[in-house]
Amino acid sequence: MNKQKNIIEMKHIVKDFDGFKANDDLNLTLHQGEILALLGENGAGKSTLMSILSGLLAPTSGEIKVNGRQIAIVNPTVAKQLGIGMVHQHFMLAHSFTVLENIILGHETTKGPLLDLKQAREKVLALSEHYHLAIDPNQKVANITVAQQQRVEILKVLYRGADILIFDEPTAVLTPPEIKEFMHILKNLANEGKSIILITHKLEEIKKVADRVTIIRAGKDVGSYAVKDISNEKMAELMVGHPVTMKLAKAAVEPGKAILAVKDLVVKENRGTLAVKHLSFNVHAGEILGIAGIDGNGQDELVEAITGLRHSSSGEILIKDQDLANQAPRKITEAGVANIPADRQKYGLILQMSVADNLILQSYYQTPFSHHGIINFHQIKQHAQKLVKKFDILTPSIDLAGGELSGGNQQKVIIARELQRNSDLIIAFQPTRGLDVGAIETIHKQLLKEREQGKAILLVSYELSEIMALSDRILVLHNGEKSGVVKPEETTETELGLLMTGVKKEGKVVD
Amino acid sequence: MNLESLLALVVSSTLVYSAPLILAALGGVYSENSGIVNIGLEGIMTVGAFTSIIFNLTFASSLGIWTPWLGALVGAIFGLVFSLLHAFATINLHADHIISGTVLNLLAPPLGVFLIKAIYEKGQTANITANFGYANIPGLADIPVLGKIFFANTSAPAWLAIILTIAMWFILYKTRLGLRLRSAGENPQAADTLGVNVYKMRYLGVLTSGFMAGLGGAVFAQSISGNFSISTIVGQGFMALAAVIFGKWNPIGAMLSSLFFGFAQSLSIIGAQLPGLSKIPTVYMQIAPYVITIIVLVLFLGKSVAPAADGVNYIKAK
Repeated sequence: MNKQKNIIEMKHIVKDFDGFKANDDLNLTLHQGEILALLGENGAGKSTLMSILSGLLAPTSGEIKVNGRQIAIVNPTVAKQLGIGMVHQHFMLAHSFTVLENIILGHETTKGPLLDLKQAREKVLALSEHYHLAIDPNQKVANITVAQQQRVEILKVLYRGADILIFDEPTAVLTPPEIKEFMHILKNLANEGKSIILITHKLEEIKKVADRVTIIRAGKDVGSYAVKDISNEKMAELMVGHPVTMKLAKAAVEPGKAILAVKDLVVKENRGTLAVKHLSFNVHAGEILGIAGIDGNGQDELVEAITGLRHSSSGEILIKDQDLANQAPRKITEAGVANIPADRQKYGLILQMSVADNLILQSYYQTPFSHHGIINFHQIKQHAQKLVKKFDILTPSIDLAGGELSGGNQQKVIIARELQRNSDLIIAFQPTRGLDVGAIETIHKQLLKEREQGKAILLVSYELSEIMALSDRILVLHNGEKSGVVKPEETTETELGLLMTGVKKEGKVVD
Repeated sequence: MNLESLLALVVSSTLVYSAPLILAALGGVYSENSGIVNIGLEGIMTVGAFTSIIFNLTFASSLGIWTPWLGALVGAIFGLVFSLLHAFATINLHADHIISGTVLNLLAPPLGVFLIKAIYEKGQTANITANFGYANIPGLADIPVLGKIFFANTSAPAWLAIILTIAMWFILYKTRLGLRLRSAGENPQAADTLGVNVYKMRYLGVLTSGFMAGLGGAVFAQSISGNFSISTIVGQGFMALAAVIFGKWNPIGAMLSSLFFGFAQSLSIIGAQLPGLSKIPTVYMQIAPYVITIIVLVLFLGKSVAPAADGVNYIKAK
């Protein structure tokens, strides 16, 4: 296959939003049958550029050529006709519909006025087989896994005859084994002659699958490189604009006494089955305990039980020797627990409220923010201004609604609020989910600083690299049970992967 | 009274009382499946009721036995026009669905009474002479036993409602139009990216509910109340709404729930004639349908799942 044929050429693209240039003279070339990674920090302009390519936004200036022909992609229908299809980061699926119904919606095969599901099913199954995208067309989307939902999204695009596929942060929602599978799918698609743009900020993924990488920073073109000719460090540096330390300097800290002691804890999930099964562990002062595991192995229930959001059936949760199992969240918080929740938009912030108000959600009822139930707005503002500066939160104003900040800055607001209270125990659940390299580095450094100050940190993450980089000890959860406790310097990602699937060190299966 | 005529009495009165509920509930099912909550069914039924009564009183002498049917059509059309208010407010102006629906409910009764007063110079209309009455379904009424119970001396609008139920179920689940309508109520963003016109689907859903609830109100007025006053439509629209929920947003389910509520309502009317029930004070029989509605809602509201984007406004990105 001739890899040099240019299927898409975007030249000198400028997109001006009332004086703010989201895209400032960007160039992008996609070759036939290649995987091109589009790398940039959150807010660098990747999504804007892709919205222009898929006809959702009109560029202020610049030209686009598809298959050598200059064309104005004025709406999504034109993009579709050109064979451009996008797999969105947040899946666009109707959950009560079947897989088949979701795929054919808007493009239905009919027999007179009736839906012809039989014909559609055959077509979808043929595609699914051809591209190795295993799905069951008759399942309801609500009942399938996230990875399967992603396959449905890919099939939706293929069903409409797309040759150019844009993936927006496709692995953000996947677990490590699913990511591996997804990488195969991507390579398969490229081998079948599809041209792929992969929006991401995960460098390892680019190294694994992409042929070339186009890097943008703050809306500006930083260049395109062959992936085999560029190192991870160089990519990170080009993306954030300054050298990034990939290896974190971890000071030696002597762990102190146990701050959190979980003893024989049993927690049920919503349907009443056991999610955490007789789990015991300690987190000491000056220590980061990493909880590794595949999503859905009891992590949510464990953290919810510790933070008081979920009832635990039995067992003890000792925080500084005080049993706080099944106590009110406020009591637990006041006992000295900082909580950085996994879903920052659902549990971390009140999106409609201002940055200043979000910063006092845990302390609004205390002095100096309130006296006898009357709020002191002056204090709240001063407090917000102080934290915005200290934690480098990028916001035009402390009165801006939390929902309008970028993901990285939303996370900074939560971290500022939680760390500010100087708690002895910090629970960080997926603290860097969906963030770019620069923001991840900042957050990792902050957690390590807290560790050095003698805080106990419980880190729950699905990112093995994060667990490996930060933890002093790693507890691997499988099916709600401890399948192993290892030290990062004495283990490998492969061993962790095995433990995560329930295979013990000795090769024994846990359940 | 023998068992056969007893059953015939229960069935026919159940059908008479169910017909308006089935029709309005079918409308509610379509509206909510397209993503628009329509608590304005009550108000739309009121509009259907008073417009059909005015039509009936005006044209009965010239149109004869077709008067109630044409009256029902008039009520349906006015119901549709009235529901445009709700559609415009929620779909184009992104208003809260509950507020907009409440507006319909607050607007319709005084509007009806005002117009009645302006036309007839009194607070309620005279009784109509050309009502639906009881009909025999040709052919089916002659079946031994079953014919007498179900198809003789029965409510023709109820059987129309049952046929419409099947047709509307078919459209909703077996056609392209139905799939697209439901997609607007499940995930409008997804539907939009796939080229489905969400606004159009939602208009279709709301206007269908306007037509059907208007029809329901007209059938109620012309078969049960026989005139229009401020107390003609008192809660039937909310019962239809309850039937939508109890019926899990499915036309067949909504019909079965409506039949159940209709049965409860009819009991208060025919209870005195039924052995065993005749001793219960009528006041209890009269409040029964409302109590049953509340109990059913409390028991089933949590369990049945609405379309995912029901009540969520869709704002298309510019």
